[in-house]
Amino acid sequence: MADSFPELIDTRALRIALDEGFDWVVVNYGEPLEIGFLPVLRLLTGMERVLQWLPWYVVLAALCALTYLAARSWKAAGGVAAMLFLVGLTGIWDAAMATVALMLVATFLAVCLGIPVGVGMSRSDSMQSITLPVLDIMQTMPIFVYLIPFVMLFGPGKIPALLATVVFAIPPVIRLTNLGIRQVDAEVIEAVTAFGATPRQRLLTAQIPLAMPTIMAGINQTTMMALSMVVIASMIGAGGLGYQVLQGIQRLEVSRGLLAGLGIVFLAIIFDRIAQAYGRRMQQHLHIGS
Amino acid sequence: MSGVTRSGVTSEDGIKIKVEQVYKIFGPRAPAMLEQVRGGMSKAELLEQTGHIVGICDVSLDIRAGETFVVMGLSGSGKSTLIRHFNRLIEPTAGRILVDGEDVLAMGPEALRAFRRGRASMVFQRFALLPHKTVLDNVIYGLVIGGAGKAEARDRGMQQIELVGLGGFENKYPSQLSGGMQQRVGLARALATDAEILLMDEAFSALDPLIRNDMQAQLKELQARLHKTIVFITHDLDEALRLGDHIAILKDGALRQAGTGAEILLNPADDYVARFVRDVNRARVVTIGAIADRDGADRGGAAGLRSDGRGFSGAACIDEKATLEEGFAMLAECDGPAIVTDEQATPVGIVTRKAVLQALARP
Ligand SMILES: Nc1ncnc2c1ncn2[C@@H]1O[C@H](COP(=O)(O)OP(=O)(O)OP(=O)(O)O)[C@@H](O)[C@H]1O
Ligand SMILES: [Mg+2]
Repeated sequence: MADSFPELIDTRALRIALDEGFDWVVVNYGEPLEIGFLPVLRLLTGMERVLQWLPWYVVLAALCALTYLAARSWKAAGGVAAMLFLVGLTGIWDAAMATVALMLVATFLAVCLGIPVGVGMSRSDSMQSITLPVLDIMQTMPIFVYLIPFVMLFGPGKIPALLATVVFAIPPVIRLTNLGIRQVDAEVIEAVTAFGATPRQRLLTAQIPLAMPTIMAGINQTTMMALSMVVIASMIGAGGLGYQVLQGIQRLEVSRGLLAGLGIVFLAIIFDRIAQAYGRRMQQHLHIGS
Repeated sequence: MSGVTRSGVTSEDGIKIKVEQVYKIFGPRAPAMLEQVRGGMSKAELLEQTGHIVGICDVSLDIRAGETFVVMGLSGSGKSTLIRHFNRLIEPTAGRILVDGEDVLAMGPEALRAFRRGRASMVFQRFALLPHKTVLDNVIYGLVIGGAGKAEARDRGMQQIELVGLGGFENKYPSQLSGGMQQRVGLARALATDAEILLMDEAFSALDPLIRNDMQAQLKELQARLHKTIVFITHDLDEALRLGDHIAILKDGALRQAGTGAEILLNPADDYVARFVRDVNRARVVTIGAIADRDGADRGGAAGLRSDGRGFSGAACIDEKATLEEGFAMLAECDGPAIVTDEQATPVGIVTRKAVLQALARP
């Protein structure tokens, strides 16, 4: 047998120390954290209830209208209607609505946190050089690793599922906010400065509006990543379509997994279409690009 | 702000912008490079040895209130770098910039913003308009961020739009306008804040020749009415001569010569300037006044030319503002010297064919 790697440090002690440290956090801060995140939980369950309470045809009509407004195309709206109809037809409507609620709330939180971080990064090169590797780690770390600390802190349930989803989905919106702002024409920024804009005015009147198409692309990616996280999040109690997939695995029911999987695909297509069409419209409206 | 009252106050000598021994070196250790640049190291040597770039090297200038001051030079000579010092978009590595006697570099953030909002505005080479705002909103941008009321700003904006001949386009977006029109929006935006100083960085370079001609004429006409202090950058000598009361020529960030167009054409300070101005059609640029013999008025009298109230019998009279080209016909007619007169038709000197030919000869 070949020589195994020498044990230079006592990893067991290290791991025990890490785990104990985290346990200490859980014991001392678990409860206040849980209370602190209560409003978020209310938002999520409220959203879920509203979406499930609304008659299916109202949700369907609303999403079709949104698609039409964004894309100005009956074909796109018709496609959305057909896909939603199929989701209902296969008996996974309520699960789909729970998934949509989780995705929307997670995206909302990711955008609320991600845009300020991206703006901060665009302003400071040192912050950018610290944040970029962190984002790289966040995006390459196996998704399951996120679940462990959140489950320990909050126990299985919707809050850890939501938070893990936010952490997983937030990198694109941060990256693209930073990128979008840095790509704004330097002469335009010079002009704005030369007319005496404060840094805040510069951000609000020039940088954010001109970076908007890029930021929208980031939001779109974040939405998609949130959706792809729902299957995993269901393992710790998020419910929704992901739970159906999980059950399919546990009971070895191909049909259940397949239908729920298709439901997720449909949702992804619908929200991607809406977000992209909306991004294009905004670009036109802002008269940026061609 | 200091005790200086804002509008139109200049230091007693009429100098609006004073540039004192300004150096700008680009690079991470710029201050450390200063010694070497002061010691005479050239731009190329510094770049080769240290990777630092000389933007501006020991430039001192006096720009008078109400004049159009043109900065010229080839690409990379530091024109944009220099003009960006005047409103502190760029900070010098060493030196001072005084506007109305006040040190721009000593201004705090608040004072600097007030200065940029009220006293110096800028027109950019590539227009630099906000694409998501209408023409009107672009024009009033400086006013709005300065806290002006919307209605008042709109009124003022509409005036400027009319002034630059864009009436009817106020609700269009920049992408819907031609290059020349966009640059007029840039001009209107700069005029809207009513700043005394107008900084124009190659404002017309991106325009095609015909529109450019129009814009030059429009600027001259505006300046005749508004009497701003204009710093105008160009790499086009004809444009410089047409617009500039004074012209400064830069090479590798250093000032080679500053003076009136005629001074630079007739007495270039060095070989570089001479080569720079060699191909200009002097006859179209140099005025009769610039080559007139100023002591000649009396001698003209001595030579037997007498005023009979309407003019000088036996001699042609030429306006001192006329270009040589305009004077050719007149000089061809008369054998002796011609009388040079000012606007009131008072003689101020004489000019001879010889003097004209000398001025036309290439140095
Ligand atoms: N931000 C910067 N960093 C490093 N070097 C710079 C920077 N800005 C300008 N320079 C250098 O300073 C010199 C002068 O540049 P500047 O832009 O002022 O030239 P210019 O005369 O305006 O040229 P052009 O006619 O092409 O606009 C150039 O050598 C350029 O490489
Ligand atoms: Mg330039």
